[in-house]
Amino acid sequence: MTTLAPPAPVADPQVAPAPRRVRRRPAAGSLGLVAAGTVVGVVLLAALVPDLLAPQDPLEISLSESFAPPSAEHLFGTDQSGRDVFSRVIHGARQSLVIGLGATAIGLLGALVLGLLGGLGGRIADGVVTRVIEVLYAFPGILLALILIAVYGNSALTQMVAVGIATMPGYARMVRGQLLVVRGSAYVEAARALGHPPLRILVRTILPNAFRPLTVLVTLGIGQAIVWAAALGFLGMGVQPPTAEWGAMLNAGRNYIQQAWWMDFFPGITIVLFTLSLTVLGRHLQRATDAGARR
Amino acid sequence: MTATTSDTEPVGGPRPPGTSADGTPADPDSSADGGPAADALDPRRGRLLARRVLTTLGSSALLLWAVATIVFFLQHLVPGDPAQTILGGASANPPEETLQAVREQYGFDQPVLVQYGHFLAGLVVLDLGESYTMKQSVVSIVAEQIAPTLQLTAAALMVAWAIAIALTLATAGRPGRLGRIGSALEVVFAALPHFWLGVVLLVVFAVVLQWLPVVDDGPAGLVLPALTLGIPLGGFLAQVTRDEFDVALRQPFVLSALSRGARPGDVRWRQVLRHAALPGIALSGWGLGSLISGAVVVEVIFSRQGIGQVLVAAVTAQDLPLVIGVTFVVAAVYVVANILSDLASVLVDPRLRHAIGRAS
Repeated sequence: MTTLAPPAPVADPQVAPAPRRVRRRPAAGSLGLVAAGTVVGVVLLAALVPDLLAPQDPLEISLSESFAPPSAEHLFGTDQSGRDVFSRVIHGARQSLVIGLGATAIGLLGALVLGLLGGLGGRIADGVVTRVIEVLYAFPGILLALILIAVYGNSALTQMVAVGIATMPGYARMVRGQLLVVRGSAYVEAARALGHPPLRILVRTILPNAFRPLTVLVTLGIGQAIVWAAALGFLGMGVQPPTAEWGAMLNAGRNYIQQAWWMDFFPGITIVLFTLSLTVLGRHLQRATDAGARR
Repeated sequence: MTATTSDTEPVGGPRPPGTSADGTPADPDSSADGGPAADALDPRRGRLLARRVLTTLGSSALLLWAVATIVFFLQHLVPGDPAQTILGGASANPPEETLQAVREQYGFDQPVLVQYGHFLAGLVVLDLGESYTMKQSVVSIVAEQIAPTLQLTAAALMVAWAIAIALTLATAGRPGRLGRIGSALEVVFAALPHFWLGVVLLVVFAVVLQWLPVVDDGPAGLVLPALTLGIPLGGFLAQVTRDEFDVALRQPFVLSALSRGARPGDVRWRQVLRHAALPGIALSGWGLGSLISGAVVVEVIFSRQGIGQVLVAAVTAQDLPLVIGVTFVVAAVYVVANILSDLASVLVDPRLRHAIGRAS
């Protein structure tokens, strides 16, 4: 379904693509892959050593230069206090990544507890877990996160935890489903027939096989978590100014959309490119593991 | 099915049989055996349908009760004193008697279970309490503000489907560059966050080109918000629809229609698309939920009235009854949307009508 890689081989010869096209496709795919890898690499570099890339201090105020449009000196323009938006985007990478990764970790942890209970805990536990997931699903999108922020107040930590909990039901459903599939598979039955103890089967056979497909989905999920965190930041919930963080920068730029579009445009497109690249990489991983599983 | 992100699965209710992405679809056009008219006349099938509707309603009511319970007890985990919030927040310094009076007025001095009972009893008669900050009943605030939000989400859903159908018909199953451009567009559309797309559309079309108003409550003011909200969902629906379209194109009924002399465009539009739209329709309930969640951001960008703006203000002010009331109403709308999308699947796919007769 992506352009960036060859489609699965088609069984029906009448509709199967001509061989020439099949050979040409991986080229386009690897091009997209290189681009995606570059973007992710640059963002990681910015998160680890921002001073290497940022030309200026992200917090340095220079009121005479406020609202300067993008130029050679200020690539992404300046904000209302004359701070360099480009430097702020670079320095914002670390905090935004920490929030995205932290939220994903929290979501996964909760999902593992729920999923393991449901997938391995027997019929009653599974019934309860299914209901819990269903109820959590009734709060669409960032709504669950908004409730948690309303209850626990507005801070970077709440933002991370709230996004993590909002992503939890999706992961929990997948963990549970995956465990149920693996548990019923022939190789688990074989391990049982060989007389392996249940704990060994769980740790050595069931868990690795159930979690392998999840690693791919986590790649996709990190992008989602970053977008949700940025959306909360855009609404003014989370990291507070003047800290350089993508969501907080979006929130600051919101008030000046008509006079200084660059304040929102550049942090926003950074998020778009980064999450898009994560999606491309995740899809590639997905196809690679799918192909591996078929062999 | 290749879902983009972790939360792309439909919620609630069993997935209608026959819509599984890997199932082999049969020809939905083969209505020769029975057809919808015959279904409606069969009394046995009617009873089964009624039972199914009742079960759905019952489980939805249970789900909403669970939602209400969760939000109620979340409210009681709040670190601060709600009476303090009502009297102006942490900065205010009201005398102890006033605090005590407010606690009595709102029933905070009663045991939690008694308050829970009052809360549930209120829900039954559509009483969601009173907003701390606006000193007005939550139901009246929501009733005032929900219409613009529903209007926006409905418009966005139409935009999303228009994009999905246009992209699929134009590019799915086409050889060469066209198909690749189509699926690249879908991935990019689906990846656009509302907060960025909205700002870009606003700046380009309202500020620079001045084709459309920045803020306007009329139909012209709906265009940009609906596009902002609908384009990402359109990309996602198009991905799902294209996958299914490719599968359906390889079905024997396509070959048989073509050999009967049907024009390829007609076959794509009238038969293949009908198959291809099914997973998207099943996902539309989920889609509407994501639209309502996205409406929060979009209403803020375009300064539109609606429950999204109300919710943001309420969350910021920690006005819990209002937050809880709005989220409860949204959850209820979401549950109804999922039921409707299941119904729509049945309308589009005659096989599901037969399945109701066969199952249970």
